[in-house]
Amino acid sequence: MATRDLLIGAEPVVRLRARRRRWSEDVIKGVLALCALLSVATTVGIVIALFQPAFEFFREVSIVDFLTGTEWTPLFDPQSFGVLPLIVGTISVTLWAAIVCIPFGLGAAIYLSEYARGRTRKILKPALEVLAGVPTVVYGYFALTFVTPLFRDIGLRVEIQNALAAGIVMGVMLIPTVASISEDAMSAVPRDLRDGAYALGSTRLQVATRIVVPSAISGIIASFVLAISRAVGETMIVLLAAGQLPNLTLDPSETIETMTAFIAATGQGDVPTGSIEYMTIFAVGATLFVMTLVMNLFSIRLVRRFREVYE
Amino acid sequence: MIGATPQLKSARRRGELQGKLFQAFLYLSIAVGLVTLGTLVVQVVIRGVEFVDLVLLLESPSADPQIAGARPAILATIYLGLLLIAFTVPIGVGTAIYLEEYADKSRWYNRALEVNIQNLAGVPSIVYGILGLAFLVRGLGLGRVLLAGAMILTLLVLPIVIISAREAIRAVPDTIRQGAYALGATKWQVVSRQVLPAAVPGIATGSILALSRALGETAPLLLVGALTYVAFDPTLLGDFTALPVQIFQWTVRPQEDFKILAGAAIIVLLLILLTLNAFAIWIRNRYQRKW
Amino acid sequence: MRKGLVRKGLVFGAVATLASLTVVASGSASPEARAGSGNTITVDGSSTVGPYVTAAAERFQRASSGARITVGISGTGGGFERFCKGETDLANASRPIKQSEAAICRQNGITYVPFLVANDGLSIVVSKQNTWADCLTVDELKKVWDTGSKVNNWKDIRASFPDVPLKLYGAGTDSGTFDFFTEKINGKSKRSRSDYSATEDDNVTVRGVEGDRGAMGYFGFSYYEENQASLKLLAVDGGSGCIKPNIKTVQAYQYKPLSRPLFVYAKRDSFKRPVVQQFIRYMITNEKTLAKVSKYVSLTDRQLKKSRYQYNQALRIAKR
Repeated sequence: MATRDLLIGAEPVVRLRARRRRWSEDVIKGVLALCALLSVATTVGIVIALFQPAFEFFREVSIVDFLTGTEWTPLFDPQSFGVLPLIVGTISVTLWAAIVCIPFGLGAAIYLSEYARGRTRKILKPALEVLAGVPTVVYGYFALTFVTPLFRDIGLRVEIQNALAAGIVMGVMLIPTVASISEDAMSAVPRDLRDGAYALGSTRLQVATRIVVPSAISGIIASFVLAISRAVGETMIVLLAAGQLPNLTLDPSETIETMTAFIAATGQGDVPTGSIEYMTIFAVGATLFVMTLVMNLFSIRLVRRFREVYE
Repeated sequence: MIGATPQLKSARRRGELQGKLFQAFLYLSIAVGLVTLGTLVVQVVIRGVEFVDLVLLLESPSADPQIAGARPAILATIYLGLLLIAFTVPIGVGTAIYLEEYADKSRWYNRALEVNIQNLAGVPSIVYGILGLAFLVRGLGLGRVLLAGAMILTLLVLPIVIISAREAIRAVPDTIRQGAYALGATKWQVVSRQVLPAAVPGIATGSILALSRALGETAPLLLVGALTYVAFDPTLLGDFTALPVQIFQWTVRPQEDFKILAGAAIIVLLLILLTLNAFAIWIRNRYQRKW
Repeated sequence: MRKGLVRKGLVFGAVATLASLTVVASGSASPEARAGSGNTITVDGSSTVGPYVTAAAERFQRASSGARITVGISGTGGGFERFCKGETDLANASRPIKQSEAAICRQNGITYVPFLVANDGLSIVVSKQNTWADCLTVDELKKVWDTGSKVNNWKDIRASFPDVPLKLYGAGTDSGTFDFFTEKINGKSKRSRSDYSATEDDNVTVRGVEGDRGAMGYFGFSYYEENQASLKLLAVDGGSGCIKPNIKTVQAYQYKPLSRPLFVYAKRDSFKRPVVQQFIRYMITNEKTLAKVSKYVSLTDRQLKKSRYQYNQALRIAKR
C-alpha cells in the first residue's frame, strides 16, 4: 500500500501511516539530541574532573597562598604551593609567542587581504595553514634540537632549555591562527569602503591601516586573544624546550616550567591518587582552564560582534 | 603636476617610502612563517632520513637505537585513527544535524549548546588529558589503554567535526530542502536523502582534518597512556604508545642516535598526516559543488 | 552520483568499524592485557633499574613468543605504590621497600619476594667543560644539596673553584635515587634543597648536565656509562680518599657512600604464572650479559647465589 497522503500545504490531511512516521521522527530527533548532549556531558565532565579535586585541594592549601606564593615545591619537603612560578613561566613563554605571532600574523593577514593577487593568495593561504597543521611535538623537537643550538651559535647565552626558544617557535606556529581570523574579519569589510578610499587617492598602506584594520578591529583582537589562549594552553613545545624547573623569572634565557608542563610531567608518573601531590594536577589544571575559558569567551564574543556588524 | 610644491613632492616621496617599508614588512610576515616551516622540514628530514627504513617500520623500540623501531607506535596511531573515525563521525554529524535542522534556535538551551561547543574547541588539549585521567583511567578503571586514548581524542576533536559538519550542512541551499518538503518528505527524509548526501564532501573534508589534528596530539595521551617501553603490538584494552608519544620519548633521550630516530619517526608521522590532508583536499576538489 | 557518495561513505564507515572490531578481536585472543594475567607482565618503578629490566624484557620477548612486557618509570616510590595496590607484577627499586610501603602491601594482602638484579654506584657528573672539579667530599656535596642551601656558585663549594654559576639537576622526589642520595649525603631521606631541575626521567638530567658548563647532576651509574662521551664523572671522597665508581669499587662497596644494590620485587601471586617465573629466571641466569650490555655493575658471586636461592625458594612456594 502506498503511503501517499492527500496534501494540503505540507501536512498530510489523511494520515494513513502518519502516526508511525511521527513516532520514528521523534526517535530520530531524540537520538540526534543525544549526540548533541555528549558535548554538554564533556563540559560537565571537565568541570567536575577539575573542580572537585581542586576544591578538596583548596581545603588543605589556602587559595591565597596558592595564588600569591612564590615557591612551587609540592613534591618536596617542606612543601610549598605557591603557583606564581608556574604562572610567570607561562607568561614568559606566551610573551615571546605574542611578540612573534601578533605583528607577523597581522602582517600576513593584511598582505593576503589587501595586497596579494588571486593566484598568489591561493597558494600562500594554504601554505600558511600547513604551519598550523604540524604536530606540536615536532615543533618542540625543532625548538630543542635546532633553535636553541642556533641561539647558542650566534652568541645568545641561553640554557639548554629556555623560554625564548619555546616562545618564538610557538609564536611561529600561531601565525596562521592570527592570520586566518584577522583575514576573515578584514574580508568582511565591504568593498565600498575600500573603493571609496581609493577613489579619494589613498595609498594601499592608508587603506589598509586607516580603513580596513579599524573596521575589522574586533575580529583582529579576537584573533590575538585566541592565539594567546592557545599559547597558554600549549604543552609539548614547552615540555621539550622550556623545561621543568619552576622559576620565578621573566628572563627568557633561563629554564622555567609552565602550568601545562607541570601537569604533563606530574600526570605521567604515578603520583598516589588522593594525595595532595595528585591534587596539584587538578588545582593547576583548574587555574589553566579558567584562564583559557575567560580568554576564549572574550574572543568568541568579539568574533560574533564583527560577524553581526556586516551581515 | 598641478601644485607640485617641494613640500608636496617630499611628502609624496615619504609616503612612497612608508608604503615600501610597509610592504617589506608584510612580505617579511609571510616569509617568517614559510621560512621557518621550510627550515623545520629540511632539518627534520636531513636529520632523520638515515634512519627511515624497514627497521623503523617493522621493529619494536629498543634500548639500542640501531635496532629500534616504531612498529607498536605506528600501529597504535593507525588503530586510534580508525577508532576515531568510528566514534567522531556519527556523533559529530549527528550533533551538527541536530543543531542545523532540528534545533529551535530561539530556545536558550540550543544557543547555549552552540556556545558550549565553541568553548570546547578552545580548551587546552592537556585538560582533556586530565579529564581522561580522572574519569577513564581512574574513575571507570579502564586503565591506561588504547580505548581510553581513543575516547579522549574523540572528545578533543569532536567540536572541530561538529563545526565543519555544520558549515557543510549550512552550505546546502534551502531551496533543496523546500523542494523536498513540498513533495511530502518528512524531516528525516529531507535530511538523509537530500541534505546529507550534498554535504558529504564538506563533512568528509572536515572529519579528515580533525583526524589529522588528533593523530598529531601528544599531551592528552601522555596522561592517559604512553608507557616508557612497549614492545608488543597494541590491542584495544592493552597498554599502548602512539607515534607522537614515541617521538617525544625518543627526543628526550640524550643520546644523539635517539634524536635521529625521533627525526625519522617524525618523517613517518608527517607523511601520514600529509597523505590524510591531501586526501581531504582531493575530496573537496573532486566533489565540491557550487550552488 | 550523490547516492554513490553516501554509499561510499557508509562503506568506509563500515570498514572503519570492522577494522576497530578486529582490534578488539586481536585483543581478546590473548585474554585482556591488563595487569597480571595471561602472558602480560606489568613492571613499574625505578628509572635507575628501568633500563636494565627493559633490556632484559627486550631480549626475553625476542627469545620467547607471546610474552608481553611493559616497563614504566614512575620512580621507586611510585612503583611501590602501584605494586602494593596490585596494579603491577614487578616493582623495580633502587632501594629496599620502606616500612610504610610494606605495611600497605600487607594491608592489601600482597606478598612479595625481592630479587637482587644488579649493583649501582650513584654517580656525580658535571659537564665535559668543567675543568676544575675532579673530586668532591661528602661534606661538600652536603653543602650543595642540603635543604635550605644557598650555594649557587662553584666558588662557594671550594674557594679554589672558579666563579661559575652552579646549575643543579637531579632526581625527582618519587625516585629511589632521590631517597638514597639524600639519605647518604644529607643524612635523612628526602631532605634536600628544592630549587633544581628535578625529574624521574634521568635522561633529562643527562641532557641538562651535558649542555651546561656549570652544571652538576646525579643518577645511576649506567646513565653515566651510556653517556660517557659527553659527561665528566667526579670521584667522591667518603672518608677514605677520592674514589670513582666502577665495577670493582662498587661491588666491593669501596665507592662510599653511594654504592647500592638494585632490586626487582615480584608479587607472589604473579610469580605463580610461568611467564613471570621464566622472566625472573632469565634475568638471573643472564645477569652478567645483561649487566655488560646495559652498562650496569653486575652482581657479586655471593649476591648471585642469594638471588638463585630466592628464586628456588619462591618457586617452591608458588608450586604448593
